[in-house]
Amino acid sequence: MSAVTPDPKDPSQLTHSAGIPFWHDPAKRSVVYQAVALVLVFLAGYYIFSNTQANLRRQSIATGFGFLQREAGFAIGESMISYSAANTYARALFVGVLNTLRVAFAGIVLTVFLGIIVGIARLSTNWLVSRLAAAYIEVLQNIPVLLQLFFWYAIFHDSLPLPRQSFNPLPGVFVNNRGFYFPVPASDPVYPWMGAALLAALAASWLMRRWAKKRQDKTGKRFPALPVAFAMIVAFPLVVWTTGGAPTHMNMPHLRGFNFAGGISVSPEFAALLLGLVLYTSAFVAEIVRAGIQAISRGQTEAAMSLGLRPGLVLTLIILPQALRVIIPPLTSQMLNLTKNSSLAVAIGYPDFVSVANTTINQTGQAIEGVLMIMIVYLFFSLATSAYMNWYNKKKALVER
Amino acid sequence: MEKSAETVGSVDLKPPASDVGALGWIKTNLFNTPFNSFLTLLILLCLYKTVPPFIKWAFLGGVWFTNGAQCKVAEGACWSVVTQNLRFILFGFYPYEQQWRPAVAIVLLIGFLLYSRERRHWNRKLLVAWPLGLAVMGFIMRGGIFGLPVVETTKWSGIILTLLLAIFGLTAAYPLGVLLALGRRSQLPAIKMLSVIYIELIRGVPLISLLFMASVMFPLFLPEGITVDKILRAQVAIILFTAAYIAEVVRGGLQAIPKGQYEAAESLGLDYYQKMRLIILPQALKIVIPPTVSILISAFKDTSLVVIIGLFDLLKTTQVTLSNPEWMGFSAEAYLFISLVYFAGCFSMSNFSRRLEDELRT
Repeated sequence: MSAVTPDPKDPSQLTHSAGIPFWHDPAKRSVVYQAVALVLVFLAGYYIFSNTQANLRRQSIATGFGFLQREAGFAIGESMISYSAANTYARALFVGVLNTLRVAFAGIVLTVFLGIIVGIARLSTNWLVSRLAAAYIEVLQNIPVLLQLFFWYAIFHDSLPLPRQSFNPLPGVFVNNRGFYFPVPASDPVYPWMGAALLAALAASWLMRRWAKKRQDKTGKRFPALPVAFAMIVAFPLVVWTTGGAPTHMNMPHLRGFNFAGGISVSPEFAALLLGLVLYTSAFVAEIVRAGIQAISRGQTEAAMSLGLRPGLVLTLIILPQALRVIIPPLTSQMLNLTKNSSLAVAIGYPDFVSVANTTINQTGQAIEGVLMIMIVYLFFSLATSAYMNWYNKKKALVER
Repeated sequence: MEKSAETVGSVDLKPPASDVGALGWIKTNLFNTPFNSFLTLLILLCLYKTVPPFIKWAFLGGVWFTNGAQCKVAEGACWSVVTQNLRFILFGFYPYEQQWRPAVAIVLLIGFLLYSRERRHWNRKLLVAWPLGLAVMGFIMRGGIFGLPVVETTKWSGIILTLLLAIFGLTAAYPLGVLLALGRRSQLPAIKMLSVIYIELIRGVPLISLLFMASVMFPLFLPEGITVDKILRAQVAIILFTAAYIAEVVRGGLQAIPKGQYEAAESLGLDYYQKMRLIILPQALKIVIPPTVSILISAFKDTSLVVIIGLFDLLKTTQVTLSNPEWMGFSAEAYLFISLVYFAGCFSMSNFSRRLEDELRT
C-alpha cells in the first residue's frame, strides 16, 4: 500500500529522492518483488500451457467440452433421475453431482445430530457415558476415513447373507449383501396433501414463534412455542391422513428372482459411504461441540439460574446462543470436509461425481477437462457452504454496542 | 457404644459409608440422578450384549497361525490373515530376504521420534540430526553402498510408502506453508493475492482431485520425453495440499501476535526478514504447535488416499492380500489390524500434542 500513497509517518518517504539506490527504497523494492513474482508465475503457467498444447497435439486429443454431448455408454448403479447408458456424458455427470449432494446432505444432517449427542455425552456427569464418548471420539478420529469406508463396505459385502437368506429383523425390512430394503407406504392421493399440511404446519409454527416473541417483548409473558409447534407439526398431517381415509397399505419389498423388488432400497455402497463419513466426521463435531459448551464460563449458568430460569431455559436461552458462536466456524469446516471426503466414494464404487468423472476421463482421455470439472464442482460446493455459514454466523454473531 | 456417644457432636463424624470408597464413587459417578441411573443400566446392558460375543469371536474362537482353509472352518476371527501375510502387508514388494533393511530404518525412525518427544532435546544438533537420519534411512533402504543390493523406489511399498509419503510430505509442506502464510499476511498486494488464490483453491477441492491431477494431468504438463516417478508425483500432490492447510494454521498464529511485537521489532531497526525470523515466527509457530500437529495427523491419515491412484501403500498391500482367494472374506480382521497401526500412529501424535499444549501454556 505504501507503494502508492505517500505516508508522512514512513521515514522512507522523506528521503525518497535523496539519490539512494532503488534496492534500498522499500517502495520501489516492493514493486520489483511483486513484478518478479508475477512474471515467475506467468512463465510457469506459460511453460505448462505450451507443453500441454504440444502433448495434446502429439496424442491427438481434442480439447474442449464437446465430449459432454456424446453418448456416455456406461451404466450407473444408482441414480436419482432417469439415466441409461445411451444418455450423454453431461447427464451422467449430472447424475454424479446429484449422488454427491444426496450423500453430503444426508451425511451432514446425521453428523450434526450424532456429533451433538456425543459431544454432550462427553461432558456427562455419568462416568460411563463420558468415557464411552471419549473412546468413540479417539478411535474414530484416529483411523483414516478411507479405511473406515473399506471396513464398512467389507462388512456389508462379505458378512451379510445372499438375498435368498436375507436377515429379516423387522417385518418387511430385509438386509442382505445387495442392500437394505424397507417398506414404504403405497402411493395414495392423500400423501401429497399430507405434505402440504406439513408445510402449512411449519409456516404456522414460524408465524406463531414470531408472534410469541413479540408478545414476550411487550408483556413479558412466555408462550410455550416449541411444544405447540411440535403438536401442530404432528397434528396437521395426521388430521389430513384420517380425513383421507387413513390408508395403511404398504409397498412391501419381496423376493423376485435373485433380488428384492418393491419398497425402497439403500445400496451397500451408499450405506457404507454414509456410515463411514458420519461416524468419522461426527467424532470431530463432538469435539467441537464439547469445546463450544466448555467455552461458556460457569458464571453464565450460575447467573442464569440465579435469575430463576429453569435448566431447560438456561440451556436454550443462555448457553446455546453463546456456544453456537464458538461452534459454528469449525462446524462449517467439518461440513465441508464431509462433502470433500464424499469423493472417496470412488474407492468403494458408489457413483458420486468424482467416480463418474473418473470413468469419463478413462473413456474419453479428457483428463484436463475432467479434473477441472471435479475441482470446479467442489469449489462451488465449498464456496456455497461457506457463504451460507458466513451468513448464519453473522446472524448469530455478538452485536457489540 | 459409650465412646461413640461421647464423640457425637464433635467434628470427627465420618461421612456415611455410601458416600466414600468404591460405593461412593459409583453413587456420584454412575447413579447421581434418575436419568443417569437409567443411562448406566442401559449402557451396561448394551455392553453385556456386545462385549462377550466380541471377545468370543476375537480371542476364544479366533485362530492365529493357520492357513486359509483352516480359517474357513474356524468359529471366530481369522487372525492368520494378518500373521501369515504380515511381511507382505508391511513391506509389500520389497525383496523378501532384504526386508530387514526397512525394518531397521523403521526402528531408527521410531527411535528418532521417541528422542524428539522430549522438549529438552530440542536444539540445533537435533535439527541437523533429522535430515542426516532420514538420509541414512534412505540409504539403508535404497542400498548401493556397503555392498547392499540396490532396491528401486518403485519396490518400496506397504508401510514404507505410507511413512515415506507422510514424513517427506510433512517436512516439505511445513516450510512451504509458512511461506504461504507470510505471503497471505504480506503488504504487497500481488504476493498476497497469489497466496490467497493458492490457499483457497487448494482448500476448496478434495485431495483426491489433486491426486488425479498428479496421476493423469501432470504427465501432460511436462515436455516430451521427461517422465516423473508416480510416487514422486503423488508426493508432490500431498505436499501442495498439506501446505495450504499449514498456511492457514500459521496465519492464525501470525494474527495472534500483538501488533506491539511487530512495531517493537521495526523500531529496533530490524528489516522484514530479521523481524520475521527473530521476533514474529518463533512466537507464532510456538502458539500453533497443537493445531499444526492435528494437520500432521490428518496428513498422515490422508496418505491412505494414494490407494485410489494405485500406489501400494499399507492399505493397498492389505487389499492385495485380501484379493488372494485363500484369504478372501477375512477383510474385517485385516482392516482391524491396520486400523490399529494407523491408530497407534495418530493417537501417539495427538497425545504428544496435548502434552505440548500443557507444557507450552504460559
